Amino acid sequence: MEVNKINELFKQDLHVINMGLESFAENLKEEDVKVLQMNWKPPAGGSKKLISLLRRHIMKVDMGKANQEAASRILKGRPTLVDISTAGEVIPGMKKNMLLHAGPPLRWERMCGPMRGAVIGGLILEGLAAGREEAERLAASGDIVFEPCHHHESVGPMAGVITYSMPVWVLENRTFGNRAYCTLNEGLGKVLRYGAFSDEVIARLNWIAEILAPILRKALQRHGEIDMKNLISQALQMGDEGHNRNRAGTSLFIRELAPHLVMLDEDREKISKVLSFMHSNDHFFLNLSMPSCKCTVDAAANIEGSSVIVTMTRNGTDFGIRISGLGDRWFTAPAAMVDGLYLPGFSSEDAAPDIGDSVITETAGIGGFAMASAPAIVKFVGGTPRDAINFTQAMYEISVTENDIYQIPSLDFRGTPTTIDLVKVVELGILPAINTGIAHKEPGIGMVGAGLVKPPEKCFHDALEAFMEKYGD
Amino acid sequence: MKFNLEIIVRKIIVERDSYYDSVFLMLINRDVKKIPGIEDAVVSMGTDVNLELLNEIGFSSPDLERASPNDLIIAVQGESEEVVDKALHSARDLLSRKRNRAQEEAEYRPSGLDNALKMVPDANLIIISVPGLYAAKEAQKALERGLHVMLFSDNVSLEDEIELKKLALKRGLLMMGPDCGTAIINGKPLCFANVVKQGNIGIVAASGTGLQELTCSIDKLGSGISQGIGTGGRDLKETRVGGMMMLMGIEALSKDPKTEVIVVISKPPAEEAAGKVITKLKDTQKPCVVHFIGLERHKDSGNLRYAGNLEEAAGMAAALSKGEEYSACAFTIPEKEIDRIVERETTVVSPKQKYLRGLFTGGTLADEAMILFDREVGAVYSNHQTKPELVLKDPHVSHGHTIVDLGDDMFTMGRPHPMIDPSTREERIMKEMEDPEVALFLLDIVLGYGSHEDPAGAILESLKTAKKRAKERGGYLSIIASITGTESDFQNMEEQKKKLESIGCVVMPSNYQASMLALKIIKKVA
Repeated sequence: MEVNKINELFKQDLHVINMGLESFAENLKEEDVKVLQMNWKPPAGGSKKLISLLRRHIMKVDMGKANQEAASRILKGRPTLVDISTAGEVIPGMKKNMLLHAGPPLRWERMCGPMRGAVIGGLILEGLAAGREEAERLAASGDIVFEPCHHHESVGPMAGVITYSMPVWVLENRTFGNRAYCTLNEGLGKVLRYGAFSDEVIARLNWIAEILAPILRKALQRHGEIDMKNLISQALQMGDEGHNRNRAGTSLFIRELAPHLVMLDEDREKISKVLSFMHSNDHFFLNLSMPSCKCTVDAAANIEGSSVIVTMTRNGTDFGIRISGLGDRWFTAPAAMVDGLYLPGFSSEDAAPDIGDSVITETAGIGGFAMASAPAIVKFVGGTPRDAINFTQAMYEISVTENDIYQIPSLDFRGTPTTIDLVKVVELGILPAINTGIAHKEPGIGMVGAGLVKPPEKCFHDALEAFMEKYGD
Repeated sequence: MKFNLEIIVRKIIVERDSYYDSVFLMLINRDVKKIPGIEDAVVSMGTDVNLELLNEIGFSSPDLERASPNDLIIAVQGESEEVVDKALHSARDLLSRKRNRAQEEAEYRPSGLDNALKMVPDANLIIISVPGLYAAKEAQKALERGLHVMLFSDNVSLEDEIELKKLALKRGLLMMGPDCGTAIINGKPLCFANVVKQGNIGIVAASGTGLQELTCSIDKLGSGISQGIGTGGRDLKETRVGGMMMLMGIEALSKDPKTEVIVVISKPPAEEAAGKVITKLKDTQKPCVVHFIGLERHKDSGNLRYAGNLEEAAGMAAALSKGEEYSACAFTIPEKEIDRIVERETTVVSPKQKYLRGLFTGGTLADEAMILFDREVGAVYSNHQTKPELVLKDPHVSHGHTIVDLGDDMFTMGRPHPMIDPSTREERIMKEMEDPEVALFLLDIVLGYGSHEDPAGAILESLKTAKKRAKERGGYLSIIASITGTESDFQNMEEQKKKLESIGCVVMPSNYQASMLALKIIKKVA
């Protein structure tokens, strides 16, 4: 015996963890013993195949160390807003006949309603097609190259369509020097990202490119670059979670730019419209939190031996993930339906399957993972602030670390669960909690609700199998 | 003429991703089966074994084929649509009652041990009662993280037990179990245990009900317990485990200033291990009491005393704890009173009535009675017999003198232990009462946490009927019982005793005395 801890125990107050039969915990409570009841479940849902995969030994690499490295890179990330430019100018590999979309790779034939609508709108916006039919023909012709935003250092909410001429935010991770790009949020209602492509939608996109983006760019140049990590951490303490609630973030952003906007040599009407536009859209900040998360997590990609999930995303047809230690390989499964609350006049009948790159926020440890910081939207997770806290608690179980900057007031400023470990996800059978908006299944109608979505287990199981194939004994 | 219209209605509900503990489901299963008109019901998780069972009894559905071990299955078979729907409804109701209670507390319940430890970093002990297939891995994780372990689960392999105990030894941690049902640590009863006074007697026990009987007897004698460490039944019995936990436990008690007397109880140990235990006890230089159940008593030597039964072990320990002399006596009730009871219990017995039926819920208590009868009258049939010719061919059918441990795996397949669910014993009583050769029932009533809230009450009606049946046949059925429990147990020991006495049962102060009294009666009627 190296040490005798039994006699130490005899001197302490008993503090018990109860894994299994609940009555044992209840009895101990009767006797005034401190006890924590666990919610134990068979590992990997009791699947023999997965359990045997989980028990394989990892050879040659130190997975724990690799995951710590991934976590440390994510924590070190310093996402910074440096500029506004256009997709064609700054997005690597962007071409005039290329159209970026949310989620894993997807052909036109397999695209869901809202994705098709956004593609049609994108082609009209670029002047490549005059109307719906022409756009559909063009999209099906093979002359248009469809690629995921994620393949081009970009992210886009919902359909996530980015075309050559669109203005984009330019984010840079100051620690590692990598960049990420995202369009400017168009607002609510009928918008391109929900598959709307009417004249009004195109007109707004043109206004964004011609007025909004240039004015914001000038204001940003006057202000100087903005430390996004700082803004996001403030927003979390003001009741945002950075995905489904961005009211605080949007307000903070306006506060940063307002003094500079009013100093610009621009028409007052225009400046006022810019301010009102941002003010009227609580999600304006989403298109900043997303690329902030993207450039943060990208720094943790391609670490040999790491089982950390560095991409989660959906395109309305598939849900896909990528694993740090498995490079660019996608693991996909059919996108799920969102369990949510609906805007008046809509129901689950109207909903399209889960869509958008916005789950990059959860991948970086905010969004659903920071649910406990957003009491205003607890209706999505069961109704009470306690439910929201439990939601975040569950995410600690599948995370490698806790964020040192993003903190949750209601959890005594505990850092948000950060850096998702694929192995833990499969072992504990706890899937990442994802907050999301719901698009109408028909193109052109827009947002019908918001809620939670459970990613399909299959892509995590497939990824684990591939991981063990590469690294296991 | 009787028409037998066979109408069978079967319905199945599969609820995805709703994991429930199997014991909890067994209790619901039992309640659903009790609904009049229900022929069969299975409320279980969709494990391969359960799916096979469902298939065998004729349930099939596409949902069932897709079911995983994380899915809850409620399958009901009954005589009408109405009855089946009612049963499904009540199963759901019972399940949601649990869920609501869980929600009220609303404190987060972690799934993984790492997160649990983040929530309660000063936790020092874990109780593990998950299915045996997964239990060893969880216990290993717990030991690696510095937690003392009480492993309630059974079906853990011997190899795993050895590995776990080696690891515990290396880390200086308690590794109680596998199959450890009872412990008292720092005065707190864990799992199946009684509320006993704190004191200066430290125990290491390789038997759960043995530890319960011992601690309750000590409590009755006015002494108290410092620690009651369980080791699991294989610790001393299996040469390859070699009493690893027993030896560690003794070591810890020897260093514990609050422990002034040490008691060790176990089923007959492997010889080598027994030698080590004796040496270790001698090294403690504290007064020690040893009881190896079923072994002849050794002569006392140095600081060691050997007890012949659990009650004697308690008596010796209590005397030592108070610095008094122990005086051996079979009965704590005056001899005359005993004679009067024997007389009363044997006057109207019919000549056919010769046999004993010991119907036990506690394994060690069954052993204690069996060993006594084996020695004194010979030929006791049991599912615990070591003599092959006396092992019950069918444990469900008694033969001559029979003592059964109804908590044995062969009786608990798919249903809870009879200490939790008394219906196993109730059914057995109903069966035994039809045997005109039976003269006596010998019973244990085990109280304390974990046990049924009213174990005496639950079998009272069946005992009453059994006595009535014997009377109708012109004979008399004697029922002798003992209660393993204390005044502080939540079941109310005094009331339990009154209930039994109200129908004419004789309640003795200990299992040993109950067995001795039964022996006297049987000897007289034989």
